[in-house]
Amino acid sequence: MAHLSHSEASPPLAEPATPGLGRARSQRVLVSLARHLLLLAVTVVLLLPFYWMLISALKETSQIFVQPIQWWPDPPRWDNFSRALSYPGFPFLRFFGNSLFYALSVTVGMVLMSALVGYGFARLRFPGRQVLFVCTLATLMIPSIVTFIPTYVLFKQLGLLGSYWPPILLGLRFSPFFIFMLRQFFLGVSWELSDAARVDGASELRIFWQIMLPLVRPALIVVGVFSFLWTWHEFFIPLVYLTEREQFPLALGLFAFKNQRTVEWDLMMAASVLATLPLIVIFLCAQRYFLQGVSMTGIKG
Amino acid sequence: MAILATRRVGRGSMRRREAIAGMLFVAPWVIYLLVFIAYPVLAVLYLSFTEYTILEPPRLIGLDNYHRLLTNDPALRIAVGNTIYYALLAVPLRLLLALGLALLMNMRARGIAVYRALFYVPSLVPPVVGAIIFLVLLNPSGPVSGIFTALGLPAPRWFSDPAWSKPALILLYLWPVGVETLVFLAGLKEIPDSLRDAAAIDGAGPWQQFWRVTLPLLTPTILFNLVIGVIYSFQVFDQAIVIGGSNGEPLESTLMVMMHIYRHAFRYFAMGYASALGVVLVLAILALTLLIFGTARRWVHYEADERGA
Repeated sequence: MAHLSHSEASPPLAEPATPGLGRARSQRVLVSLARHLLLLAVTVVLLLPFYWMLISALKETSQIFVQPIQWWPDPPRWDNFSRALSYPGFPFLRFFGNSLFYALSVTVGMVLMSALVGYGFARLRFPGRQVLFVCTLATLMIPSIVTFIPTYVLFKQLGLLGSYWPPILLGLRFSPFFIFMLRQFFLGVSWELSDAARVDGASELRIFWQIMLPLVRPALIVVGVFSFLWTWHEFFIPLVYLTEREQFPLALGLFAFKNQRTVEWDLMMAASVLATLPLIVIFLCAQRYFLQGVSMTGIKG
Repeated sequence: MAILATRRVGRGSMRRREAIAGMLFVAPWVIYLLVFIAYPVLAVLYLSFTEYTILEPPRLIGLDNYHRLLTNDPALRIAVGNTIYYALLAVPLRLLLALGLALLMNMRARGIAVYRALFYVPSLVPPVVGAIIFLVLLNPSGPVSGIFTALGLPAPRWFSDPAWSKPALILLYLWPVGVETLVFLAGLKEIPDSLRDAAAIDGAGPWQQFWRVTLPLLTPTILFNLVIGVIYSFQVFDQAIVIGGSNGEPLESTLMVMMHIYRHAFRYFAMGYASALGVVLVLAILALTLLIFGTARRWVHYEADERGA
């Protein structure tokens, strides 16, 4: 409930517009200050676990668990990273490369698939379109565990169990979400453009590729970033379908490390930073598209 | 749809070309849907009536699996209890937290974009990493215990006391609320300022504006986040296996339904029984979702019956 009361801080818009009054101005400064203090306090609490990971990655294990709390690594042990990366039996660089490979493959597939299919649903009429679209959205309600058992059998029969394929193919199961999102975007593009091109005799594929796709670039970026994030986060699929450690992504490699090397918290934290940093970098680069993307997936359809 | 209707309708051959093109565009998804969703759903239904160890072909045993899960699976009872306990607390708390954060991010303040980015950071951290961080934070000799001790309070033994292990999991679930917060924020942005202005002119204070204008107009978003939250929290797995292992330590207090299914399917290779468990889980989630949608008419405010603000 404490959070709800903060809405009180937002002032009525019909604030008396009487400029120059010293009291009104100092009041406004106070309100603004209060808001920033509030925002800052919440940010600090939210980021504390993250900060703890960062500093723990630079400490010795004994310093992580010491009273009173050490808020700053002294001295910072940068060699934790090199020690984690060269740890016998846990090829973290390889895990990193695997994560990158899975995430990039799913991202490329997802962007292509959701753009093609979203475009088909939004701009082309064909029999059964509505039914298929509703079915597509309905699949989002199916918990993945149900499909995983037969899929496991299927992969086993195809001899793909323990190959790089399952994480990539199953990574695409989030497609309906992005198909829906891109459909919304494509619906918003002017029809005159595509009609004109059609009259000029351009093929549908060309209209899609050369005219429509560039127009929804921000949406494609959002699809790409989310696919990358979610594939990088994926833990269950690799746990079930991968057998060889050489194929593990970071999430699974880290889990294996945690289970076998419980006491080496410093290295575990260093590897955790390694598993998080790329996502932060990507997020910061694509940040301005995010809000737009989420509002377009929109609830109200 | 209005846009479609106003389109000039071409000749028959053009329509047919469009239909063929349309089907080709959606073909990749149709194939995927058939192979990786439709087929597995049908197969899992079939397997749920069989005994299947992968080594031998499935053998039909009727309703035995369902009979067993209803009457003769003590671990399942524990897992169901744990999962309900978890969802009952985690879902509403996470909803409240996300709403609060969204309200904060919707404030007018300089540099609010920076705060928004920072609020999202916990959601970037992979779930496994998040769980490992919380193992350190809540460790008996970790910083949280340190704070408890400094305040003169007894520090909970989060991971060895069965009474505290689920609260620890819930805390962990409350950390990355970025997506829900963004959805709420998008919902807030859709509420026109003019409505709140009108309320303010009518003499409504900020508190009344929130209860009478903002919250009712936000109910469709709350419904959306609630349904997603229920579906998601009933499938908690990653965090539970990192914190409690596949036995749900301590004392099966973190044994969740997903873990129970996972163990039967991929550890004991009792695929038939695991399929039955999966079917029941899906039906339970479906029933809950329908229940929520059923109550929605009573508390979700749709724009059609908009009352004057």
